[in-house]
Amino acid sequence: MRTVNQRGWLFVLPVLLLVAFNALVPLMTVVNYSVQETFGNNQFFWVGLRWFEEILQSERFHAALGRQMLFTVTILIIEIPLGVAIALAMPRRGFWVPVCLVLMSLPLLIPWNVVGAMWNIFTLPDIGLLGYTLNNVLGIDYNMTQDPFAAWITVIVMDVWHWTSLVVLLSYAGLISIPEAYYQAAKIDGASNWSVFRHIQLPKMKRVLTIAVLLRFMDSFNIYTEPFVLTGGGPGNSTTLLSIDLVKVALGQFDLGPAAAMSLIYFAITLAVSWLFYTLMTRDDR
Amino acid sequence: MARITLDNLKHSYSANPVSMDDYALKEIDLDWTDGGAYALLGPSGCGKSTLLNIISGLLNPTSGRVMFDGEDVTALPPDKRNIAQVFQFPVIYDTMTVYDNLAFPLRNRGVEREQIDNRVHEIATMLELTDSLSTRASHLTPDNKQKISMGRGLVRDDVNVIMFDEPLTVIDPELKWKLRSKLKELHQSIASTMIYVTHDQTEALTFADQVVVMQEGEIVQIGTPIELFERPLHTFVGHFIGSPGMNILPAEMVNGSVRFLDHPVELEGPIKDSKGSLEIGIRPEYVRIGTKGIPAVIRKVADIGRRTVIEACVNDILVNAITEKVPPETGQEVHLEFEPNQTRLYADSWIATEVGAQ
Repeated sequence: MRTVNQRGWLFVLPVLLLVAFNALVPLMTVVNYSVQETFGNNQFFWVGLRWFEEILQSERFHAALGRQMLFTVTILIIEIPLGVAIALAMPRRGFWVPVCLVLMSLPLLIPWNVVGAMWNIFTLPDIGLLGYTLNNVLGIDYNMTQDPFAAWITVIVMDVWHWTSLVVLLSYAGLISIPEAYYQAAKIDGASNWSVFRHIQLPKMKRVLTIAVLLRFMDSFNIYTEPFVLTGGGPGNSTTLLSIDLVKVALGQFDLGPAAAMSLIYFAITLAVSWLFYTLMTRDDR
Repeated sequence: MARITLDNLKHSYSANPVSMDDYALKEIDLDWTDGGAYALLGPSGCGKSTLLNIISGLLNPTSGRVMFDGEDVTALPPDKRNIAQVFQFPVIYDTMTVYDNLAFPLRNRGVEREQIDNRVHEIATMLELTDSLSTRASHLTPDNKQKISMGRGLVRDDVNVIMFDEPLTVIDPELKWKLRSKLKELHQSIASTMIYVTHDQTEALTFADQVVVMQEGEIVQIGTPIELFERPLHTFVGHFIGSPGMNILPAEMVNGSVRFLDHPVELEGPIKDSKGSLEIGIRPEYVRIGTKGIPAVIRKVADIGRRTVIEACVNDILVNAITEKVPPETGQEVHLEFEPNQTRLYADSWIATEVGAQ
């Protein structure tokens, strides 16, 4: 007979309360807004699923979602292999290890709006280091406030600069946990560098890479601050990603109902894709 | 298969070794004949793994040479030395099946498909892995993982030497016994040079024809298991091998005869050198308990199956004895006799007596 001590629940209670107040309650508020129309004076009218139908059919939403997908896929394709490559090239012991780790951590320590502001100034054609060099030294016509393509490149390079370090640090943690004997055995077995990567390093990094992909997917899919500060979604709507569009609807136009419905759709997509990634990447473990 | 010669080998892990203490290996000269089974035996940190890694090429010695069949290989990387090595903890390639794991060293060297298949099946049969050949290696138990590790070491039949770095540490006792005799059997059938590193005397003594005992970066004795047991050249060997090890007792030289706490002790033969601090060495197996000899008090009696280990005190000094007869009781006053032809004198830890004419 096992006796169950129900007092254990008391230990979970603080977390439950915390999660309830910072996640569940706001989420339910959003659900509440998403099925109502609001007017001034706190008047609410039930509209059912109308906002959801409208948003799913709206071209504006499709365009923002498309831009969002393009952005996320691009940065994942760049940041994951680049991060792994940098981690592989980093020294495993000695004086340079802490130096590399600190250098890698720096971009992660900078507040997000500062990152946006930094890149904004950096790319100004008249006084920014990059903008000036490109235009006046190298003779390349570059102005990201006018050219959508330049704006896209800038947003992506900024994200790669800001977040590749995270992939590097996670991969590096996976790499240094590989016992020396694996490398020694591979040497004696006559394995090529590619075999060592394919059969030793990559499998041992798999778990941390799963986390890296998930974090980078979710963060980039929800990205707001940096592109908002850098381009404000422009020129035109060219860099208006989902979250920027969402804020425009919610706070710019004050359409709380449609914005709430959009948030929930947004949330569902993030959740579904994360689940898909996780399932695919951990399939072999079971 | 090759003869292995180590010539004046030294190794230090510090960049600028100053004194002899900075060396993990102090000065190693060895000559191992082709096809022999050798064990490197010593406590943790004595330099045996360092020595092994120098032979395999994973480590470059600070000075000295490694030669295979008279050819200097000191500068060659591990894959050019044509060797195999099995490590202390299982090293398996998680992404591959058991079959692919075993075939990996062969495939990397471009061996023909048919030959690979034959070798892999042969090794799998020997290690009883045939049933799991097509399973993913990551799904196996630690025991079986280590078997794969060993299999990868054994799968090539053209190697100069196969080296084992404490390969049975993670294996269950029962399987340990089985694998150990398998290895011995295997050595007899393929007759390649094998070097086995261990701190477990049973493993070393059952596996090897010749055991090299190391302590603090130096070789203290090389010999057959019987030689090491019967006539240790250094008190460390006497103490390290045997369970319990040799009794090492303080001794004095009085008027040309050796005494242990004022009791005269007869030695195996003439003394060749009696400078330095003197000690008497006698294995517990050769200490007899009777009615004459050195008076002692029994402190502890431990039954270890067919035999009994007895701890006796002569004044404050502990002497172990092993007997198959009915043991005395704790607290009983007895007399100890040392078998003269098994009683040796050590001066500054090195043997100082010669085998006498019997």
